[in-house]
Amino acid sequence: MSQPHRRQAGGHIDRARRLAFTFDGRRFEGHPGDTLASALLANGVRLVGRSFKYHRPRGIFSAGVEEPNALVELREGARREPNTRATVVELFDGLVAGSQNRRGSLAFDWMAAAGLLAPWLGAGFYYKTFMWPAAWWERVYEPMIRRAAGLGHASGMPDPDRYEAAHAHCDVLVVGAGPAGLAAARAAGATGARVILADQDVLLGGDLLNEPGLEAWRHETLSAIAGMPEVTVMPRTTVFGFYDQGVLGAVERVADHVPEPPPHTPRQRAWTIRAREVVLATGAHERLIAFPGNDRPGVMLAGAARGYARRHGVRAGESAVLFATHDGAYDAAFAMAEAGARIVAIVDPRQDSAAMQRAREAGFDIRTGSEVCGTVGLTALRGVSVRGVGAAGRGDAFAADLLMVSGGWNPAVHLASMSGAPLAWDEALLAFVPGAPVQRERSAGACRGVHGIGAAAADGAAAGHAAAEAAGFVAMPAFPLPDAPAADCRPCELWEVKGRGKAFVDLQDDVTAADIRLAHREGFSHIEHAKRYTTHAMGTDQGKTGGIVGAAVLAEARGEPVSRVGLPRFRPYAAPIAWGAMAGEGVGKHFQPTRRTALHGVHEALGAAWLDAGIWKRPAYYPRPADADAWASVLREARAVRERVGICDVSTLGKIMVEGPDAATFLDRVYANTFSTLPIGRARYGLMLRDDGIVFDDGTTSRIGPESWFVTTTTAQAGPVMQHLEFHLASAWPDLDVSLASVTDQWAAIAIAGPRAREVVAAVVQGLDLSNEAFPFMAVADCTAAGVPARLFRISFSGELAYEIAMPAGYATHVWQAAMEAGATHGIEPYGMEALGLLRIEKGHVAGPELNGQTTAQDLGLGRMLKKKGDFIGRVLAQRPGLTDPSRPRLVGLRSVDPARQIRVGSHLVLPGGDGRSQGWITSVTRSVVEPGWIGLGMLREGEARIGSEVLAANPLMGEEVPVRVVSAHMHDPENIRVRA
Amino acid sequence: MAGYSGFRILLEGLRGNSGWHQAWRKPEPSPTYDVIVVGGGGHGLATAFYLAEVHGIRNVAVLERGLIGQGNTGRNTTIVRSNYLLPENNNFYEHSLKLWEGLEQSLGYNVMMSQRGVINLFHNDAQRNAAIRRGNSMRLNGIDAEILDREGVKAMCPIVDLDNGRYPVMGGLMQRRGGTARHDAVAWGFAHAADARGVDIIEHCEVTGMILAGGAIQGVRTTRGEIRAPKVGLAVAGHTSTLTEMAGFRVPIETHLLQAFVSEALKPLIDCVVTFGAGHFYISQSDKGGLVFGGGLDGYPSYGQRGTLPEAEHVYAAGVSMIPALGRLRGLRSWAGVMDMTPDGSPYICRTPLRGLYMTAGWCYGGFKATPGSGWCHAWTIAKDEPHRLNAAFTLDRFREGRMLDERGNGPFFWAQ
Amino acid sequence: MLRIPCPHCGARDEAEFAYRGDATVTRPGPDGDIAAFHDYLYARTNPRGWQVEWWQHSAGCRAFLKVLRHTVTHEVRAVANAAETLEVPPA
Repeated sequence: MSQPHRRQAGGHIDRARRLAFTFDGRRFEGHPGDTLASALLANGVRLVGRSFKYHRPRGIFSAGVEEPNALVELREGARREPNTRATVVELFDGLVAGSQNRRGSLAFDWMAAAGLLAPWLGAGFYYKTFMWPAAWWERVYEPMIRRAAGLGHASGMPDPDRYEAAHAHCDVLVVGAGPAGLAAARAAGATGARVILADQDVLLGGDLLNEPGLEAWRHETLSAIAGMPEVTVMPRTTVFGFYDQGVLGAVERVADHVPEPPPHTPRQRAWTIRAREVVLATGAHERLIAFPGNDRPGVMLAGAARGYARRHGVRAGESAVLFATHDGAYDAAFAMAEAGARIVAIVDPRQDSAAMQRAREAGFDIRTGSEVCGTVGLTALRGVSVRGVGAAGRGDAFAADLLMVSGGWNPAVHLASMSGAPLAWDEALLAFVPGAPVQRERSAGACRGVHGIGAAAADGAAAGHAAAEAAGFVAMPAFPLPDAPAADCRPCELWEVKGRGKAFVDLQDDVTAADIRLAHREGFSHIEHAKRYTTHAMGTDQGKTGGIVGAAVLAEARGEPVSRVGLPRFRPYAAPIAWGAMAGEGVGKHFQPTRRTALHGVHEALGAAWLDAGIWKRPAYYPRPADADAWASVLREARAVRERVGICDVSTLGKIMVEGPDAATFLDRVYANTFSTLPIGRARYGLMLRDDGIVFDDGTTSRIGPESWFVTTTTAQAGPVMQHLEFHLASAWPDLDVSLASVTDQWAAIAIAGPRAREVVAAVVQGLDLSNEAFPFMAVADCTAAGVPARLFRISFSGELAYEIAMPAGYATHVWQAAMEAGATHGIEPYGMEALGLLRIEKGHVAGPELNGQTTAQDLGLGRMLKKKGDFIGRVLAQRPGLTDPSRPRLVGLRSVDPARQIRVGSHLVLPGGDGRSQGWITSVTRSVVEPGWIGLGMLREGEARIGSEVLAANPLMGEEVPVRVVSAHMHDPENIRVRA
Repeated sequence: MAGYSGFRILLEGLRGNSGWHQAWRKPEPSPTYDVIVVGGGGHGLATAFYLAEVHGIRNVAVLERGLIGQGNTGRNTTIVRSNYLLPENNNFYEHSLKLWEGLEQSLGYNVMMSQRGVINLFHNDAQRNAAIRRGNSMRLNGIDAEILDREGVKAMCPIVDLDNGRYPVMGGLMQRRGGTARHDAVAWGFAHAADARGVDIIEHCEVTGMILAGGAIQGVRTTRGEIRAPKVGLAVAGHTSTLTEMAGFRVPIETHLLQAFVSEALKPLIDCVVTFGAGHFYISQSDKGGLVFGGGLDGYPSYGQRGTLPEAEHVYAAGVSMIPALGRLRGLRSWAGVMDMTPDGSPYICRTPLRGLYMTAGWCYGGFKATPGSGWCHAWTIAKDEPHRLNAAFTLDRFREGRMLDERGNGPFFWAQ
Repeated sequence: MLRIPCPHCGARDEAEFAYRGDATVTRPGPDGDIAAFHDYLYARTNPRGWQVEWWQHSAGCRAFLKVLRHTVTHEVRAVANAAETLEVPPA
């Protein structure tokens, strides 16, 4: 029969529709409104998982996020999600789930043999053994442990779904939409405040969903809230963390309730919510009691059984025992009886109470002054043993297939604690409740120990009012609150029933009360130590049901009250969150933005091979069919520059306008060399140091007008240089009248280099005399290029006669094409980053690999640039002995002795016949077009003195050792004749 | 005290595990010691252990404000490696790694040192070149390093997406002897072994002041009274400045916070430690099955031991970008530690301006792997009143002298290391 | 998440800002020697409590701001322009 444990009517279940699903390959049916857990229970599936360490059979224990046992692998293939709590999975048609952490079938898991070894597998046993022989840890012991440990299997396949990040602001955030949260949202919303009401459930109402008699109030409240335009209701949204300054993180499950997300829909959405005021109405988690066999499938939290009966119309068992320490749990017995189950007995350590009276009147068998001391059954509960409190022996046996347990309620204080609020011990509730707030938050309802729907709603309404008022809104008249009698949730103190057999305080990680005592015996007596030593409360449920019980067992062992032992510190996340949701949409291709120059399309049309320079895409080289390999392309391009003319996109260089009466003074201070003497219309190579005397950046900077300068930076340091200039202007020299503007994106730039560059540029640029006399090396002038406004620089990175044309980025393609046309007769070729690198290495120009944040101006042979007079950033600390030490490695050129033998960047330079110690390293390498063979730049101790000698380029990583000759870094045209041609 | 062994576990299992005793005693502090070590984290406990074990100095107290191992020792991503560029660093960390390799046997405690391999991925020529320079520096100093091509990365860590859409993986620098250890067990193991050698480990004993005379330290004032010793070593990373302020001098340290994260437990998925080169992200899997991962600093000074969302989002995004299969897994918990950040990213193990006061500090966020090496060198420096050659460069004065150990060239910015 | 009230733009997320060091140290003038620059660049009080810091609103107006912030609670109590002075309250 389908769903034998389903009630005929009642609950928030749409019985008219059937949803098919499978669990461990078996087909079942459920209904809309079910969770996977409720549907499994409806079908009589009791055994759903295996525990972490002993592989004990486990059933559904709760009805919410606190579930320690019923973890399944949900979905198949790339969408498989391990460790998914069946209790929070909304059932959908076609759902596929499987049990996990088992070897063999769920019913016959041979890893359960671990249970026989339990005396030797107590808390922390692994710290005391597996040490000999040492090599066996990685080879034998650890692989064994790792295979046995873990819970579910990850798919190992890329997640096919998409996630989004979203942002929200509100005056009042209400977390939790139970009676307190609903009332708080309504109260705050009525004031006109912007309110967000978030709840992890699909249906709002919390415990109201278990109270058919209050359905009218729930509906009326929801429709009142729906009528408030400033209130946003966010179901299926788990608020997972409370961060500084009123910022909370939440995850909205947009499409987890369907087999796969519809097109253009993310699976989940991660919200960053900035709230002026926060009302926490997160409810409470029921707590377990540690007694032998308290983990048997069929042992369930009382409130969960009640919820399955009332909300889902499912009997979690047919013959039930209730083991409770407070009146608040008794409604579970009534709910089960209503649902048609037999109440075998109610076991209560107390002697009398109001709830007991009513239960007795209802004809239930009440065992007062009693406790459950054992359970019977293998993979499902068959019976319960009951005895007088503290009595010895096995007690009386009751046949039952459901044991409902309630040791009281743990207020869900996670978010309050994360907000910084201390926790306070409530002696009546035997629980920690939030203390005085640190941030602008307040708790309401069960999460601060106010139990009962009526009381919680009243508390919530007050909190909602207070929050709205604190946010500057005026409170509005009251609204009707539900009238419901509250049962007394103050438990009598019973944490553990001692007896033979394992009494678990942490069901998921198999931590027993005995483990906690062992930890104490070994000195791990503080809750934080005990937690780490035993793994108590470290599972996916983070001890929501048993954390306090473990603390109580520890307290008893220490002979101190629980309040002194306390709980481990609460940290994010209040519930586990999908990795993909936290990651958002900025992953894979979008992990970082892709920055393209204005000429990107030109390079694409030329078939460029690309390289990543930071976030920029730059052409590496432009392959042609005739090129045998990449080197052939690079050498061809470089040769074109050396012999004819080449064209290159240099738009990525940082460009900063520096203007103002004090601009020259400012540049003199930020550059190690002098700029104030530079005439208008001239550029100068500049070197910037950091304050610690290390080289920061280089570039050519031009004087455009009396108070107007155009600074260029390397591509990599464009941002840092801008920040460096802004910082010093603001912090060190606020008296200087200087303005800065980054214009990197506004200006594109094209280098035209080679012996015939002048002819090409002359054909493109109008209005300038390009003769050497009129426009010499380092000249700068505004001009018109191909009919558009431009600026021409006669500067050279390649070591050839060269110009750079800068133009508004929108004209870049136009000017490039004009230059290509003008250069056609001169054999112009576009060249990419690789050829650019080749050319500058031949010329001995330093770049990123040499300006690596570890080198001084002297190291790079640029010491003469440092001005002798006047202050500049880095001047003082560059004089420290460690930086002026003559034994520091210096920049040299290197040439492979055998031109055919490749040398590599990252090889270290060692002396032939020496001790093998590194004397330096190779920073840049290329093949040369001037004198074929492999050349490079490097840093070498006593570099100048070694020019002319041979050293070895040692690359033990790749098993290479290549003789190289030390040469001047300036291998090509050291007299700078060509650039001045 | 009887040691730990498989045999003893067998025996105790048969008699209800009733014979286990405290892993370390809980003594009352004596009024005087030969050496006081302030800080009961891994570094402080290791200092005490090596003082006793190597130098025969057993009249030692470790003073811990709270519980041992609850600071950065208990809140890191447990990675152990010695894959540094600068010889001063790689020689030190290699010494530390060698101590790790025999640590279980030295301590008689299983710290689960697992040499699973550490791979640093690179994604472009510049990164590859830097990796080769670093790997060769290691090899020339006798440290194991291998360069992996894409296939090599795939073989070691098949779950990494080599073509991640933005920055394809070019290869990796691997140190096969690197790996992970069980962080809590390191503190407990050093405590257990130091205690067995006579060291007093005194928890809940906060140092509130220093007793100074004639430019030298005489002892400390604590919440449990004055305790005197001619030599005091500080091992309080994250809080070094607070202690040196009591001693009357400032140090080049800014305290920043670093978040770390763990996923739900899973069956074996990632066998090695792997770091992303295109964003700050590193990940490994613990023996319990949780994926342990982290990234960079939040970027502002903090003693708050809690992080904020933007950096966490970056870490998760980098994770999915490197391993798209992570998307459907779940983050379980995040926490943060407070780090002594230095202006060059390298530590201090040295004497201080105050005679008799020593420190191991400035560990940035590389302190865990340094634990045994730091303790060993700190103990040496205290015992001999001069540094060992392995820590000779780790001085406070190196910034006055311009002898920075700036491993990555990031400059004098605490938050950029 | 830190929220920093930029005097020019209003309250913004920390992600828009970049921390740029202790704002209580002053860069020495042209006469500063190695010791003075050492203290400026390296020596830090690193307080556990209130601290005045440089933050740049780098993804906003780009102003360098002085921010009075608590290094334990992360509370931001005051924000000022670069030229202004912020007093550190007693611990």
